[in-house]
Amino acid sequence: MTTHRVKIYAGFERLWHWLQALFIITLMITGFEIHGSYTLFGFETAVRIHTVVAWAFIALIVFAIFWHITTGAWRQYQPKGDRSIVRQARYYAYGIFRGEEHPYRKTELTKLNPLQKATYLGFKILIVPIMVTSGLLYVFYNSWQSGWTGGLAVVAVIHTLGAFALVAFLIVHVYMTTTGETPLSNVEAMITGYEEIEDESEDASVSV
Amino acid sequence: MTWRYLSANRILIVVALAVTALLVVAGGALGDTEILAQEDESASTAETSEPTADHSKFEILQQDFATGPDLTRACLSCHTEAAKQVQQTTHWTWDNHFGEGIGKTTQINNFCIGVQSNEPRCTSCHTGYGWKDNTYDFTIEENVDCVACHDTTGTYKKFPTAAGHPAYEPQDFGGKTWNPPDLSMIAQNVGATSNATCGSCHFNGGGGAGVKHGDLNPDLLTASKEVDVHMSLDGAAMECSDCHEGNNHQINGSSVYMRPSDEGGVDLPHDDGNRATCQSCHGDHPMASPKLNEHTDKVACQTCHIPRLARGTSYTKTWWDWSTAGRFTEDGKEITTKDENGNVSYTTKKGDFVWERDFAPDYVWFNGIVNVTVAGDPVVLNEDGAMELNAYAGSYDDEHSRIYPVKTFRGIQPIDAGNNTVALPHLFGKDDKAYWKNFDWNLALEAGMAVAGEPYAGNSGVPYSGEVGWMETVFYEPATHMVAPSGDALECDSCHSRDGVLASLGGFYMPGRDGGAYDWLLWGLVALTLIVVIVHATLRIVGAKRRSS
Repeated sequence: MTTHRVKIYAGFERLWHWLQALFIITLMITGFEIHGSYTLFGFETAVRIHTVVAWAFIALIVFAIFWHITTGAWRQYQPKGDRSIVRQARYYAYGIFRGEEHPYRKTELTKLNPLQKATYLGFKILIVPIMVTSGLLYVFYNSWQSGWTGGLAVVAVIHTLGAFALVAFLIVHVYMTTTGETPLSNVEAMITGYEEIEDESEDASVSV
Repeated sequence: MTWRYLSANRILIVVALAVTALLVVAGGALGDTEILAQEDESASTAETSEPTADHSKFEILQQDFATGPDLTRACLSCHTEAAKQVQQTTHWTWDNHFGEGIGKTTQINNFCIGVQSNEPRCTSCHTGYGWKDNTYDFTIEENVDCVACHDTTGTYKKFPTAAGHPAYEPQDFGGKTWNPPDLSMIAQNVGATSNATCGSCHFNGGGGAGVKHGDLNPDLLTASKEVDVHMSLDGAAMECSDCHEGNNHQINGSSVYMRPSDEGGVDLPHDDGNRATCQSCHGDHPMASPKLNEHTDKVACQTCHIPRLARGTSYTKTWWDWSTAGRFTEDGKEITTKDENGNVSYTTKKGDFVWERDFAPDYVWFNGIVNVTVAGDPVVLNEDGAMELNAYAGSYDDEHSRIYPVKTFRGIQPIDAGNNTVALPHLFGKDDKAYWKNFDWNLALEAGMAVAGEPYAGNSGVPYSGEVGWMETVFYEPATHMVAPSGDALECDSCHSRDGVLASLGGFYMPGRDGGAYDWLLWGLVALTLIVVIVHATLRIVGAKRRSS
């Protein structure tokens, strides 16, 4: 079996990913302090960090959207609409324990498996917009709260639910990085941008 | 570097990093400083100009005045309208709800309970002379006490039990001799009001230093900046009248007509009739941090800036149980005990007291409306089993309400148990019904209720059943003086935490305090996720081992 080194993740993509990771983890730590779960920085400092990082995150999101549109990378997240996602789910729920091959191979054009596509799409068009919108409403609630005095509670609860969902996402996401060719190959790829990919000619194809 | 390295991708990375760094730096600078607006302008307005009249040169003042009213007549010979003006003020009428007969005169509290039937003692703090019972004529101009407020010598003192008169010959009270003040000398030295003249009554509300108020006591005459930034001599060295401005003897600011909110902001050049609010000088958004300023629509300035009450040396009473009064020693003598700080904790006349110093206020929603209680009102207990004698109105949803700090004064006091109504005892007097003479609550209530009620003059009293009972009561004193330096103000997490100072204030969602009710469920789901991941990893490892063996 021969392999070749293929560039999977562009420079901006990696920067985006790791900045996003840094921002989300910082927002989590400070956010749960603001929620009252523990005392670490003190409420005032926690709010200040949370707000600054949130604005930085929004700026990053703007650049990421621009990048996805201009490079056409947004197509990576386009669902196929077939049953491939079931096959991928079956692999994680069963095949992976029996040492089966990954049902899909990473290529430069399809770096995400069907389950990843669905998850990240949900992350991008559901979780992130909910968190950004509820976060902005939270920051600016003085501008609108006079019209709806109970509104802050609703916004805060939605923002908090999103935060819990993100904690769960982070746990699964970090774990899933270990399901590559080797436990660290996915993380290495996200750092270096390159991954060893088996040559197409020897592709063992997908056997279920 | 050559041009080919400058791909669109790299430009994007550089720009993204630069913008992010800029945002972090800019955001970090936000809210770093916290200053009081107009700090430089808060300097004292103490007299810098010479008065245009030297009262020692007025012939009419160069005489020996036998009584206070004699002195007032001399004052009025020049200041012809002064008494008429004073008689329009609450300092004179003790009627805060103008025209409704409700004010200090008829209002029931849980200190000495009520003025009516006890006038000669209570009216030692009236801006007048001779108010000894409910026949008092409020129109006699010579009965206005000018020098209670305009004495500059510090020698004028009203005798505690003389219905507003000073001692005219040496008299004993409270273990010391009160010598008659030199009214001629006082008259020749009159001047503007001062912290000392205002404080002679207001610092001693309830009959002694700081007894009634946690934020008004004689400490303010010598306060450090930590106790009061405005009045301390090393702070702004301000006078009471710098905030409590007066026109025609009408003084701005009242503890019965409060203004927890003041959207009118800074009062110069306009005057909204109440320049005694914080906002009158500082405006409604005086802080450097926009987020802190956003709090002023729901939080009164006092809430953060008066973090604790009675921060000086004076203690203040927080509990008064009248039901334990009337105990004597075995040989029939009155009992007086003191607590470990030297404050009187029990007297036969008054019952049990608790004193506190440097303690946290309570916080309520307050829109400025105080629902007062008068004798004969039905007893209505709150959920804690106590009657709120001056319930503060307000709620989160009310745009005029603010979170406001109060000293909560609690106690136990007599009621008319037969009618289940609020009662007024006749405490002070030389007659055979006064409680402090005869120690019989039934007689005291009978005499008090006979003259209680409104209209004040010529009333026929309030019904009394003849049955004495007791109830626990609450009385709120607003905290608005003794503003601390900004560095000593409450911190964000004083309130924004699960068990902060606003832990029990309901009606709204507060970040850091609320929203944790279902955390156990949500953390449970997170834990479940973690368990699934661990099980999954274990199965993978087990599977791999099995295959390799």
